Amino acid sequence: MKKTYLDHGATTQVNPDVLEVMLPFLGEFYGNPSSIHSFGRETKKALEEAREKVAAGIGAEPREIVFTSGGTESDNIAIRGVARALQKKGNHLITSAVEHHAVLDACLALKKEGYELTVLPVDEYGMVSAKDVEAAITDKTILISIMMANNEVGTVMPVAEIGKLARERGITFHTDAVQAIGLLPLDVNDLSCDLLSLSAHKFYGPKGVGILYVRKGAKLDVFNFGGAQERRMRPGTENVPGIIGMAKAVEVVVADREKRAARISSLRDKLIQGLLKIEDTKLNGHPEQRLPGNVNVSVKYVEGESMILSLDLKGIAASSGSACTSGSLDPSHVLIAMGLDHQLAHGSLRMTLGTDNTEEEIDYVLEVMPEIVARLRSMSSVYTGSKKE
Amino acid sequence: MYTGKVMEHFTNPRNVGEIENADGVGEVGNMKCGDIMRIYIKVNDQDVIEDVKFRTFGCGAAIATSSVVTEMVKGKNLDEALEITNKKVAEELGGLPENKMHCSNLAADALHKAIEDLKSKRNQK
Ligand SMILES: Cc1ncc(COP(=O)(O)O)c(C=O)c1O
Ligand code: FES
Repeated sequence: MKKTYLDHGATTQVNPDVLEVMLPFLGEFYGNPSSIHSFGRETKKALEEAREKVAAGIGAEPREIVFTSGGTESDNIAIRGVARALQKKGNHLITSAVEHHAVLDACLALKKEGYELTVLPVDEYGMVSAKDVEAAITDKTILISIMMANNEVGTVMPVAEIGKLARERGITFHTDAVQAIGLLPLDVNDLSCDLLSLSAHKFYGPKGVGILYVRKGAKLDVFNFGGAQERRMRPGTENVPGIIGMAKAVEVVVADREKRAARISSLRDKLIQGLLKIEDTKLNGHPEQRLPGNVNVSVKYVEGESMILSLDLKGIAASSGSACTSGSLDPSHVLIAMGLDHQLAHGSLRMTLGTDNTEEEIDYVLEVMPEIVARLRSMSSVYTGSKKE
Repeated sequence: MYTGKVMEHFTNPRNVGEIENADGVGEVGNMKCGDIMRIYIKVNDQDVIEDVKFRTFGCGAAIATSSVVTEMVKGKNLDEALEITNKKVAEELGGLPENKMHCSNLAADALHKAIEDLKSKRNQK
């Protein structure tokens, strides 16, 4: 069966050029970058070139780039690090209700430790308002962390505006840009951010490697101790092949961003329009301020996991915010924060498009979806019948 | 993550639908958790379950457990039906993932509720 991958929000396939540059570092170049002999010098040089490439891709200086093990670690180092380092200045943190758990739960853990936390609400489209951020700021605020674009519903946040607010007041601003790079314009100076998290596997790089951008002068305490790697912010021998691959991936996605984003957006719009033709469906997320690859709809009377399973039987990979797919008993905190009722939250379906998707694949999804929905509705205990009958 | 038998019941669920003038109807679950199962039974003079149908809003496990419980109970008498437990339903499917056990708990509960409903209707007569 032909397979159709529509879960690029979860992870992406490694780009062939990325794989190619990684391979020598899994083979012949194995030195530890901290060693001073020739083996070490070789990999050290490659590591620093990778740092330059990443920096150039996001408008940063090479020494502002910290290599990490991924988005989760970048978020944690940033949030905990700032909270602890600026304790004397204040104890108030601001974030939003729709952040990834790596940010939200890190903030909630700090709250337990005694920090004051404002979790800003979002509107029905999952949007954080810059006005709300401004209103929440007190003279004790030390950190604002708002994501650049939401991973579930694709809503693009007004981060440049929020960054400006923070900058004017001397408050540290962190943004999780894991879903944004390669799809939205991303320059750390345009965003006025002090810290920014990225994860290679979301942009056609390998898994288990990421980036934390740390603006010169930003103060961070550290929680892991060890060697002097990554200016002690992330001690431990570097994932050299991963970093080399990630730097290539940054180069690739930044270079053809506009063209790719435009192509993916047009497939996205076709998919959204097609899915909304199914009766009793609703688009989740913002109609315009939306990631190019994100489609998220709620299908009334049907539970999300049963849709995912049915699509999987047709070779289509998608995801859902239903409780049954999350391994917890609660549906997506993002959809609930947007005010969706439980049925619509459990009935959500996320399809995230990427470089490799084609128009034929979208046609195929739109061909099989109506049957899947009709079948599941015919079994549903809450289905009240079609309005058209 | 699901056994072949779960997927088989999910793909070809048995006894989907409703029974008009059912002798007993049992509903369990709630929308907060994301699953609502309803089971309908029709019973003859000998207390044998002649017909049984279900409708379920829920995940693959919820649909498969509903389907398999209807299959397990058809042709059984009420006492035998009451012996069907959630555990037996899960076993019949070759097991369920750990985090899905709360769903498998529902199907037998829905059946037992349908039997309760039948008994209380009889008592009113
Ligand atoms: C917005 C966002 N932040 C953080 C992460 C975590 O990234 P990683 O899987 O690299 O730890 C993800 C990935 O699911 C994400 O979508
Ligand atoms: S209906 Fe939620 S885990 Fe099955």
